[in-house]
Amino acid sequence: MKEEFNIISNLIEENTRVLDVGCGNGDLMKFLQENKTKDIRGLEISKEKVQNCLSKGLTVIEGNAESDLKQFPKSSFDYVILSQTLQAFLNPELVINELLKVGKKVIVTIPNFGYWRVRLQLLFKGTMPVTENLPHAWYNTPNLHMCTIKDFYNFCSTKNIRIYKSIALKKSRISEINKSNLNYKNLDSHLGIFLIES
Amino acid sequence: MNKNVDTKKIIISNPLKLDCGKEINNFPIAYETYGVLNSKKSNAILVFHALTGDQYVSGKNPITNKDGWWSYVVGENKPIDTNKFFVICANVIGGCMGSYGPSTINESTGKQIGTDFPIITINDMVNAQYELIKYLEIEKLFAVVGGSMGGMQVLQFVANFPDKAKLAIPIACTSSHSAQNIAFNELGRQAIMADSKWENGFYSNYKLNPDKGLAVARMAAHITYLSEKGLQEKFGRKLQDRDSLRYGFEADFQIESYLRYQGSVFVDRFDANSYLYITRAMDYFDLSKQYKGNLSDAFKKTKTKFFVISFTSDWLYPTSENREIVIALNSIGADVGFVEIESDKGHDSFLLDVPSFLKTLGDYINSTYKIINERRI
Repeated sequence: MKEEFNIISNLIEENTRVLDVGCGNGDLMKFLQENKTKDIRGLEISKEKVQNCLSKGLTVIEGNAESDLKQFPKSSFDYVILSQTLQAFLNPELVINELLKVGKKVIVTIPNFGYWRVRLQLLFKGTMPVTENLPHAWYNTPNLHMCTIKDFYNFCSTKNIRIYKSIALKKSRISEINKSNLNYKNLDSHLGIFLIES
Repeated sequence: MNKNVDTKKIIISNPLKLDCGKEINNFPIAYETYGVLNSKKSNAILVFHALTGDQYVSGKNPITNKDGWWSYVVGENKPIDTNKFFVICANVIGGCMGSYGPSTINESTGKQIGTDFPIITINDMVNAQYELIKYLEIEKLFAVVGGSMGGMQVLQFVANFPDKAKLAIPIACTSSHSAQNIAFNELGRQAIMADSKWENGFYSNYKLNPDKGLAVARMAAHITYLSEKGLQEKFGRKLQDRDSLRYGFEADFQIESYLRYQGSVFVDRFDANSYLYITRAMDYFDLSKQYKGNLSDAFKKTKTKFFVISFTSDWLYPTSENREIVIALNSIGADVGFVEIESDKGHDSFLLDVPSFLKTLGDYINSTYKIINERRI
């Protein structure tokens, strides 16, 4: 978690306006508030988590990214963050489009389904992968649309979404993703972090 | 209504132009305060009361001898902790607890003003209370807070005085009274006016009180404050002090007995004309109309932080109407938080012991107070 927060924080310029979509208990918001910017909002679907955030004095709205991002004006945030949540939406493409409307830049992080540990489980065990990063069983997972780093990379180029920066994370090792190392990073990283713009 | 209780009161000498066109001056505002104003005057919270509330937010209400109407929220070591905050609450104009209202005695006639009292609005109530803030010499409030009609006053206050509160917490309210809300209020008013003892609002001249009408108004309104589930769980079809139906129109059911009781205790503490005037003020409330149909414009000039709260089982001021406020604020990039609290206690949830509401509200106010104070240093 800490590495991911650091990478996200490094992608953000100081004193900018940030929206964290699916902000959970507000850990990332708190981290960015202490390190980068005071002007940060959150959107979260779980009542309990919203209450936890509000208790910490964080500005969070209870709502669903698929329907409630519309209320924010176009480009009203410098950065919109979607941390490890994209795969849980019914319609990830719609969410990405909404994010790109509301934010001047968007940071998306995805748990990589192409990571070799994940692939090996399906290949050798023949069962849906359960890892540290993806701890749910197939029957109770909130993750409806798993994708790989390569999937997301290709998605961006198909949809003409500009990738500013793409970073791969393995344990605490950070590296850049580019066209030539894409296949390798897709195999050897558990998390992909993308800074994109429409 | 026992008026022999010592209430804090100021006389507003500045003329106040009402929305109806009339002007009032030299009128009383009754209020109460709790806690101590700090030397920087940075810890003041103005609480607005709802339809039948009054200035006695916390502690013992000296008139009813019952707990203040928001004792769960305001008091020592409560979510709004009076060890820390200076809490102010004023009786709205139109009310009957010492502020200028239809039961105020007209000094030239020696009689109650009755229905010669001008029609007032939420805007008028808020403007009158602002005079109290000026009198208390508070440049900027830490927060304005209120539920139901109190929430409407919160919205109106920030619209009227965009730089006078750092934080605004409207709870279980709306920016515009719906047809359903108006309908229920009209039912209550008609019940009062249909009482032969109403005498066109001049009942006190005849030493009468339209208590039957007022009680019916209260009974009907009380149902709207609860939820179907809450009613069913609490009362169901349980019988009142009897084993079987009596085949008559006495209160066979507990719910009937409960409503009759609610009606009967209400008439002892509330003035029928005040009920007419205040419900009318609520019906006239439409903040977006004041801003040519764009609610966002009401908040364009403000940097006030907002926290909007609604309740799942509130069908009188449902979450959708509270969300309208959030959407209007978000569309201009205002600083707004929002949560819908799970509760089966209906609209009344904001007045009752709903732990997740009390905890979230208290934690939010306290951490925001800390954050805002740290920022200033």
